Amino acid sequence: MHAHPYLALGRKAGGLLPNRWDLVAIPLVLGAVVLILLGLHQASVPLGEIEGTTVSLDPANLPDYALRTTLRMLAALAASLIFTFIYATLAAKSRYAEMILVPVLDVLQSVPVLGYISFTVVFFLSLFPGSVLGAELACIFAIFTSQAWNMAFSFYQSLRTVPRDLDEASRSFRFSAWQRFWRLEVPFAMPGLIWNMMMSMSGGWFFVVASEAITVGDKTITLPGIGAYVATAIEQRDLAAVGWAILAMTVVIIIYDQVLFRPLVAWSDKFRCDQTASQTKPESWVLNIFLRTRFLVRLTGSLAAGFQALSDLRLRLMPALPGLPSRLRLPSPDGLGWRIAMIAMDVIWYIFVAVGAAWVAWSVIDYVSASVSWNELEQVAILGLYTLIRVALLIAVATVIWVPLGVMIGLRPRLAERVQPLAQFLAAFPANLLFPVAVVGIVTFSLNPNIWLSPLMILGTQWYILFNVIAGATAFPNDLREAAVNFRISGWQWWRTVMLPGILPYYVTGAITASGGAWNASIVAEVVSWGDTKLSAAGIGAYIADNTASGDYPHIVLGIAVMSLYVILFNRLLWRPLYRYAERKMRLG
Amino acid sequence: MTKGTATPPLFELVGVRQAFPKPAGGELMVLDDVNMTVREGEIVGLLGRSGSGKSTTLRVVAGLIRPSSGIVRYQGELVRGPARGIAMVFQSFALFPWLTVLENVEAGLEALGVPSKEKRQRAEAAIELIGLDGFESAYPRELSGGMRQRVGFARALVVNPNLLLMDEPFSALDVLTAENLRTDLIELWSEGKLPIKSMILVTHGIEEAVLLCDRVLVFSTNPGRVRAEIPVPFKHPRNRLDPDFRKLVDDIYALMTQRSVLAAAPVSGQVGVLSGIADKLPQVSANLLAGLIETLAAAPYQGHVDLPVLSEDLQMEVDELFPIAEALHILRFADLAEGDIRLLPAAFAFAEADTDDRKALFGEHLLKYVPLVAHIRRVLEGRPRHRAPRLRFEPELEDQLSESYAEETLLAAISWGRYAVLYSYDDEAEMFSLEEEEVENEKAEQEGDGRRDAAE
Repeated sequence: MHAHPYLALGRKAGGLLPNRWDLVAIPLVLGAVVLILLGLHQASVPLGEIEGTTVSLDPANLPDYALRTTLRMLAALAASLIFTFIYATLAAKSRYAEMILVPVLDVLQSVPVLGYISFTVVFFLSLFPGSVLGAELACIFAIFTSQAWNMAFSFYQSLRTVPRDLDEASRSFRFSAWQRFWRLEVPFAMPGLIWNMMMSMSGGWFFVVASEAITVGDKTITLPGIGAYVATAIEQRDLAAVGWAILAMTVVIIIYDQVLFRPLVAWSDKFRCDQTASQTKPESWVLNIFLRTRFLVRLTGSLAAGFQALSDLRLRLMPALPGLPSRLRLPSPDGLGWRIAMIAMDVIWYIFVAVGAAWVAWSVIDYVSASVSWNELEQVAILGLYTLIRVALLIAVATVIWVPLGVMIGLRPRLAERVQPLAQFLAAFPANLLFPVAVVGIVTFSLNPNIWLSPLMILGTQWYILFNVIAGATAFPNDLREAAVNFRISGWQWWRTVMLPGILPYYVTGAITASGGAWNASIVAEVVSWGDTKLSAAGIGAYIADNTASGDYPHIVLGIAVMSLYVILFNRLLWRPLYRYAERKMRLG
Repeated sequence: MTKGTATPPLFELVGVRQAFPKPAGGELMVLDDVNMTVREGEIVGLLGRSGSGKSTTLRVVAGLIRPSSGIVRYQGELVRGPARGIAMVFQSFALFPWLTVLENVEAGLEALGVPSKEKRQRAEAAIELIGLDGFESAYPRELSGGMRQRVGFARALVVNPNLLLMDEPFSALDVLTAENLRTDLIELWSEGKLPIKSMILVTHGIEEAVLLCDRVLVFSTNPGRVRAEIPVPFKHPRNRLDPDFRKLVDDIYALMTQRSVLAAAPVSGQVGVLSGIADKLPQVSANLLAGLIETLAAAPYQGHVDLPVLSEDLQMEVDELFPIAEALHILRFADLAEGDIRLLPAAFAFAEADTDDRKALFGEHLLKYVPLVAHIRRVLEGRPRHRAPRLRFEPELEDQLSESYAEETLLAAISWGRYAVLYSYDDEAEMFSLEEEEVENEKAEQEGDGRRDAAE
């Protein structure tokens, strides 16, 4: 297992962002999300509980539940892929779309997924009254929102950086847009996209587990799966069942990693454009076996031929649509009149977006102020501050623990090779399965939940710090290490002038992911239960969770909006500048 | 012993061996019985081809590597770990990109606990000495390669080392910049302006070694050994065009291109130079081989040339040129001896031929003279589906070669066999195979052989 250049790719896109658009994007997105959710809520028909979905704690059912959970994940991944292709392509191809789509995507990343599950569940249930399908779709949608954004970012960035020579070659071959997409753009973006899919999958397990059993007001939705199994185990105080679920999850993650993602990563390596030989080639035993079998290779060969025919389709169709390409092509941007028209278009577009954003912001303020007092707003802001302090402290603690350890491990290649997959596995493991164990501990020793519930928030996401630091230390140039030894640089000076600056970009990448995950996790970590025992810590996560449980929509909206703002500010004021600083400093040449 | 014993040499390696355990068992010998003495006031050159252990030797001197056995002595004391007073200049510069020029130079002083006022003064003095004043606050990325290496020198000199180690310090620079830096360095050294007693220079450039050093140790490859110690009697500044200078360069060339495999009994007609499938092959593309054959077959060489002359004409270092010449020798397209290369008749036929005939001729020589290629081909023919995984051959090579040599050898066999259409190779499945056309090709080849035999 090695560090991969695409590990940081999704985050790097942030550097491309036009900052002034944030002012428009933040109210626009938050407002739009709120309005849509409220619309969905009003449109949904009241309905009773779904009948007959009970989960049995018999471990024999676990393989079946695990399969269902995995299928939900894969369905969401497919949806994310389609979304990525459309959204990112639109953003990369149209300047006007780009201005608004990219900042929107960036803000969407910061909206806590678990916060709006309640709305989507109710909406999808009302689409398919009385059927499980609605609940399934709601669950898949929740996973989708946890997966899609960074994939879209990665793909958008790839589209923007297609090498000039390949672009010119494809134009000289007169590829149609459709051919160009499948022959050049998708292959070029493939390695980055697959790495981001892998990251998304890791994050997704957390949400699939959280969204399989959810209570909104008087409605309880239970979908057969590992998440629901654990929820039932918690309700019945069955610690053994929790253990079984953890075991099943472990097996599932190992299988999907070995059978799906290792082969994909090894396969996608052939699309890599930067021919740096230093990178070790990713290997997959599954792929190797597969490639050596004649039957399967032939089978996929014919599938590939079919796909190729599909990707060539437009070549034959295009000439049948005379005039279409030339009508789409804009006149040459030389004349003065043309430039004036362009500027006018820009101005109209700016005004349109600004007015849209203002209207959305105003509607939300109008709605929220009708049901929420200023006093309450202040309270929620203070709750957000509590959670902010928790996140910051936890990241600091995790940093102090994992940075030195990660460096020690990363500088020993053999050890790193063994620890790295473990750290990545731990990052993929849905930590919420472990919550009951922690709760039992807190109850047994009657500890203060305000303090002791906090570590749960970072339980699953701290590993991002560890494995990014390991990757950074592994990639640290050997000649710099030798120079440090030769000039007898050691102790604190070694950390300060040699190692810490060297791993900083990797650390920041890990810490951004970890802190984003911690905010999200606060919604399930600040309120936990064990049978009838309910523990709760003061924070905005608990506020959202409590209001979700009681179905109080205006207050959920308020909670989500405030938390999103905190996350955005945290990212903009701390992580973004830190990442830029690290990147600028590290760059040589 | 005479007076020399009164002042011990500055640095001494006695019987140094360095071996790494191989994954397949056994060990890989990198350095074998290396002896070296560095006295005060001299520049010692370590010259050799890549993989000859000269850089490893330098790292033993620096205390970065502890040898498996042997004695390492510095100022009469045994060395364990990085010694004080030995500073190094790196091929890749190894500057900390997040520190400014001044901070990079000060880093070594800080580690020595020099008070900050003195630290600043010394760093500024070193920066001025090496011609970097004005760039103190620049980051390495803002500098050109030559300027970066000057920072590397300043950083090493500022700690006032007794011994300055240089690991191919000029090889990452362009020709003009390298020459400029070499001249400046040797000028400062001759004028006694450098705060050092001796230098060790690792290089693969023969001219560079003769230009700068007082003594050159020539390393042989696999395992690394000191093959010869050659004193350079010229005074600085040296003139590259001086006949004595040229003569010494030529002599060292001849010495370096002799190899045990080539020194063996003269090669006769049908027997190749290689004896077994696990003999190392140089990884050189067939196109390069064809290019060299064409060049040598044409005027002015007419099939015969001195390697140093060729190296100069083609602007190629001995490290780049020699593997190509060696491959031609192995394939019996040329004879290589005493720093000369002489084309064999087959090479002239190759130069005249068109693409298909070239491939056929190349394939013929491969099967005849490269046991590994013949072996792969036989295995493929022997299997019902004409397929064999790379893993079938890799362990056979790794039994006798280091991992990297085994890999290089196999890659050479893959690329040559592909060029001659003897077999196919799927890199993703890591699988050799014979396609139908290759089987047919073989038939045609046999027929061709028959015809040729008949003609003879």
